[in-house]
Amino acid sequence: MIHPLLATIGKLGMANFTPVSAAIGGALIGLAAVLLMLSTGRVAGISGIFSGLLNLRGEDKDWRIAFLAGLVLTPVLAGLIGYGMAQPALPPNWTVIVVAGLLVGFGTRLGGGCTSGHGICGIARLSPRSVTATAVFMVMAIVTVAITRHVLGG
Amino acid sequence: MRIVAALLCGLIFGAGLLISGMVQPAKVLAFLDIFGAWDPSLAVVMAAALAVSVPGFRLADQSARPWFAGQYFRPGKSGIDQPLVAGAAMFGIGWGLVGLCPGPALESLATLSPGIIVFVAAMAGGMMAHDVWQQRQLTAQRDQQLASATDG
Repeated sequence: MIHPLLATIGKLGMANFTPVSAAIGGALIGLAAVLLMLSTGRVAGISGIFSGLLNLRGEDKDWRIAFLAGLVLTPVLAGLIGYGMAQPALPPNWTVIVVAGLLVGFGTRLGGGCTSGHGICGIARLSPRSVTATAVFMVMAIVTVAITRHVLGG
Repeated sequence: MRIVAALLCGLIFGAGLLISGMVQPAKVLAFLDIFGAWDPSLAVVMAAALAVSVPGFRLADQSARPWFAGQYFRPGKSGIDQPLVAGAAMFGIGWGLVGLCPGPALESLATLSPGIIVFVAAMAGGMMAHDVWQQRQLTAQRDQQLASATDG
């Protein structure tokens, strides 16, 4: 039997809402960010960790490579125990993928962070810069989806 | 030890993205699509992450130095300037176009999906383009200062 509250939520169009796995996954993301700060003194901002590997200077790359190796290894290990990751659904248009990648790369460098660095670490440190950045990228992403899905997409 | 700790943190972070479903662009876009069949899961992910990280970072603030490093590297918190807002806006548009931000994009390289590889290459290109552009801006500024100094 379905709980009446769940039935109501379903009617609102939240059929895909997964609060339990979202809460468990979110707690793990927060835990990883805290452990990285406590152990290495670094902010778990993925765009910052990744971009630090792109310059030619050889300093300070070891922990970045190790963190990103862990990130990429997770789905491989999960696959070994039967929880393989599905192929991500991407738009069929290569131009959109490339433009989005360029915007994400340039924008996270210019703005000094992404969903993890500003959205989780920065807000947790009560940084006004990060609160502002998170509000701006959330609103812009929502507007972008509204335009592509409901204005252009019909 | 620093490397082992970073590797473990990467694994835990990756597990969090995987379990929460945030590696799936479709699920992220369903959160951003507030005018469609809205899926609030991403908000729960952020709230749960903050529930752990707010007290966790307070703990870090109280300790003099990290376990395996000489000092804490903490980004500045103040100074809301034009690059911050412009950069966040660009990132938001890119994120909304495909539903990928840097963490899930890099983790999804494990699937060897051609689209993901192209996205990550473009993202790296965007980051390097920014750094080249910023270097040029700085050089131009310095040249201007030098020129005005000799004029005066």
